Amino acid sequence: MAVALLARGLAKRYGSVEALGGVDLEVREGELVGLLGPNGAGKSTLTKIACGLVRPSAGDVEVAGAPAGSLEARRKLGYLAELFRFPGWSNADELLLLHQRLSGSDGGEAERTELLRLVGLLDARTRRVEAMSKGMQQRLGIAQALVGTPRVLLLDEPTSALDPVGRRVVRSLLEELRGRGVSVLLNSHLLSEIELVCDRVVILLAGKVVAAGSPAELAQPRGIEVETDRGRRVVQGGRDDVPRVVEELVRSGERVYEARLLTSTLEEVYLDAVGGETS
Amino acid sequence: MTGVWAIVRYGLQEAVRRRVFLVVLALTALFLALYWLGNHYVFGELTQIIPPANVDTRTFAASFLFGLAMFGTLFLGVVLAVFLTLGAVRGDAERGLLQPLVVRPLGRPAFLAARWLGCALVCIPYVLCVYFAAMLITGATGHWWPDSIVVPGLELAAGVVLIAALSLLGSVFLTATANGIAVFMVFGCGLVAGLLSTVGHALPSHTLIHASKVAAWILPFEALYEDALHGITKETSGLTGFLLRLGPFGGAEAGGASLRLWTIGYFVVVSVVALVAFARRDL
Repeated sequence: MAVALLARGLAKRYGSVEALGGVDLEVREGELVGLLGPNGAGKSTLTKIACGLVRPSAGDVEVAGAPAGSLEARRKLGYLAELFRFPGWSNADELLLLHQRLSGSDGGEAERTELLRLVGLLDARTRRVEAMSKGMQQRLGIAQALVGTPRVLLLDEPTSALDPVGRRVVRSLLEELRGRGVSVLLNSHLLSEIELVCDRVVILLAGKVVAAGSPAELAQPRGIEVETDRGRRVVQGGRDDVPRVVEELVRSGERVYEARLLTSTLEEVYLDAVGGETS
Repeated sequence: MTGVWAIVRYGLQEAVRRRVFLVVLALTALFLALYWLGNHYVFGELTQIIPPANVDTRTFAASFLFGLAMFGTLFLGVVLAVFLTLGAVRGDAERGLLQPLVVRPLGRPAFLAARWLGCALVCIPYVLCVYFAAMLITGATGHWWPDSIVVPGLELAAGVVLIAALSLLGSVFLTATANGIAVFMVFGCGLVAGLLSTVGHALPSHTLIHASKVAAWILPFEALYEDALHGITKETSGLTGFLLRLGPFGGAEAGGASLRLWTIGYFVVVSVVALVAFARRDL
């Protein structure tokens, strides 16, 4: 798979504050990567550098082979900022039309209709932004990011204002986008969301990558839970140890009803990685 | 160019939806109505005005009134230009409005140029309309017409779009409120330079006149205004001409072709600095 987003040795300093300290990151085509970390870990800075909104102090980012911030990179990119606002006087359709014009999209009304349908805002097409709830505005933000069929999508906290139904809509949308070959870098604090949809996870702490891999790779074995006629208990071991543990239990005369491999959740992985840091 | 026009349209749409134009038109109509009332009374009682010897009463009264209208036109144009541009970069970036726009292929230089263009497309016609409306009011009421009809209006419009460029430059560095205050203070400095010139001519003091001329050229919108004032009575000589140079808000001073060239150069420098600063700014 080709690389859609590549960061090499990315560093950013704001005066004496080091926001990023040499980050390497890769998002392949059609891959959904979750970016995790406490507040101030550098997630938004990384995303902004990839969009060309912030200039790195060192290192570089390529978007679909083009330097971040270049015209070619901007043509292939969709972005939803963490703290964004749309003009309250415009309605959903006008806003998407503006972004179609800015991105040079020739999708016309059909594209706008499709995007509003994808985010569940078709009925609010002519509603002004100022009359929308925060969740609706966030969904409109996602639709806006998808204008022009970007190959790389950078979403900074796209579900923070959404209710459970809205989150599910976005989750389905992300899975659909992955099916279409769109690469997504998803920056979120919602670990359960990340765990459910992301192919890989990158955890940042104080501007550095402290863990990276698929949720399965990152999960640590926590033992094997067995249920026998003598009750339920946890024994030490990993996946490869399960047949041996069951065999030993049977040999010792116990009747085994269930054996289940226990692994750490993403939340536990995250807490281990950041060491309880909150900001 | 589609992207540039999209931003121009976006700016104009915002002004319409937020009823900026409605308020501006209503207040401008009020200004012109009051201006007509002033003209009506002044020219209705022209025979009762006793000017200094050898001064033409009609020219004296009409050009003073029209000079006042020109200042009003410049001021209203500046208010409009500043309010259309004061938060274009940092203000909109802090509110989160800017980022979704500038990550698009349009790019930052084109975005800034489009914001200026949108402002100019509103302010130039506005200034010209108010200028010619005031001229028509004075012409119809007082039967007096300026020596130069079109050029002073264009100079006022140029002054306003220069202020718009300064406001956009300020918006790269300052928050919307700070930028608005800064630009109005700069405009006020120009006004003071003009008043200094009036005082210099009245005393007379060559040092003051020279100081005011330097200040007006540092802030060319003021020099353009003074040149525009000069244009409306440029063929009036003698004591009448001298008195008219004192002007209501800054004296009339001829700038000529060198002023126009300087203004273009000034605008180019302000624009380049704004574009470079915006391109380097983290958002």
